[in-house]
Amino acid sequence: MIRGLRSFGAFWYDFIVGDDWRVAVGVVLSLAATWALSASTSLAVWWLVPVAVIVLLPLSLYRLTRANRR
Amino acid sequence: MSGSALFIAVFLACIVEAVEALTIILAAGTAREWRSTLLGLASGLLTLTVIIAALGPAVSSIPLGGLRLFIGGLLLVFGLQWLRKAILRASGNKALHDEDLIYRTQLAAAQAAQSDRRAFVTDWYAFTLSFKGVVLEGLEVAFIALTFGSNQHNIPLAAVAAASAVLLVAIAGVAVRAPLARVPENTMKFVVGIMLTGFGVFWGVEGAGGDWPGTDAALLVIIPVIAAYALVLVAVLRRRAAVAVMPADTRIADQAGAVS
Repeated sequence: MIRGLRSFGAFWYDFIVGDDWRVAVGVVLSLAATWALSASTSLAVWWLVPVAVIVLLPLSLYRLTRANRR
Repeated sequence: MSGSALFIAVFLACIVEAVEALTIILAAGTAREWRSTLLGLASGLLTLTVIIAALGPAVSSIPLGGLRLFIGGLLLVFGLQWLRKAILRASGNKALHDEDLIYRTQLAAAQAAQSDRRAFVTDWYAFTLSFKGVVLEGLEVAFIALTFGSNQHNIPLAAVAAASAVLLVAIAGVAVRAPLARVPENTMKFVVGIMLTGFGVFWGVEGAGGDWPGTDAALLVIIPVIAAYALVLVAVLRRRAAVAVMPADTRIADQAGAVS
C-alpha cells in the first residue's frame, strides 16, 4: 500500500516537476511574491513571473548541460 | 485568448503524444499479437476516461482566481520542463526524438520478452506495453486539454482538439502501418513548450492578482518573447557545445584572433 502510494507520488512528481526541482520552487516563489505584492501594494507586479522565467530557464539548462558533460 | 489559440495548443500537444503512443502500440502489435495489444489500448482509453471524468468536474469547480493561479503554476512548471528538453534537443545537448529508433528498440524488446497468459489476456506483455503507452501518453494529453479548457471555460473545444489530433494520428497510423517518423515532433515539442510556458506565465500572474498591460493582448507579446528567448538560448548552447569539442590549440588561436 505504502509502496503503491510512493510510486504514485513519484510518478506525478516526475510528470510535472521532472529533472530539476529548483525550477518548480522558483515558479512557486515568484507566484507567491506576485500574490503578496499585489495584495499589499498598488504597484504593477506582472513582470515578476516573466523575470523569474528569464532567470530560471538558463540556470536550469546550465545545470543540466554541465551534469551531462561530467 | 481566442478559441483558435486554445485549439492549436491542445491539438499540437496531442499530436505529439498520440504519435508516441502509436509507436508503442505498433511495436506491441507487430512483435507480439494484435488482440492483446488492442485490448490494452481499449483498457488504457477506459482508464483515461475515468481519470478525466473524475478530474474534469473537480478542476472546473475551483473558483476562477484560484484556478488560474493553480493551473498557471502547474502549466508553467510543466511547460518549462517541455521547453528545457526542447532547447537541449535543438542545441544538440540531448538526443533528438526519433520514432523509427524508438520503434526498433521497442520491437526488439517485445520480440525478446517471454509470452505469458493471464485470465482473458492471451499475451500479457503486449497488453501491458500497449496499456502503459496509452495511459502515460494520454495523461499528458488529458492534463493539457483539462488545464487549457478549464481556464478558458471551454473544455468541449479542448476535448474536440484532443480528439481530432488522436483521430488524425490513428487514421494515419492505420494507413501507413509504420511509425509516423515524418511528423516534425521535435519542432512541435518546441512550439508546445513555448505555448505551455507562455500561457502558464499569463494565467499564473492573473491568478496571483497581477494585471497584464493590454489584458489578453499581452499574450501576443509573451509568446513571441519566450520563443525568441528560447531560440537565443539554443544558439548560446550550440556555441558552447561547439567550443567544448574544439581542440585546445584551435580555441587558443580563436581567442587570440578575437583579441586582435
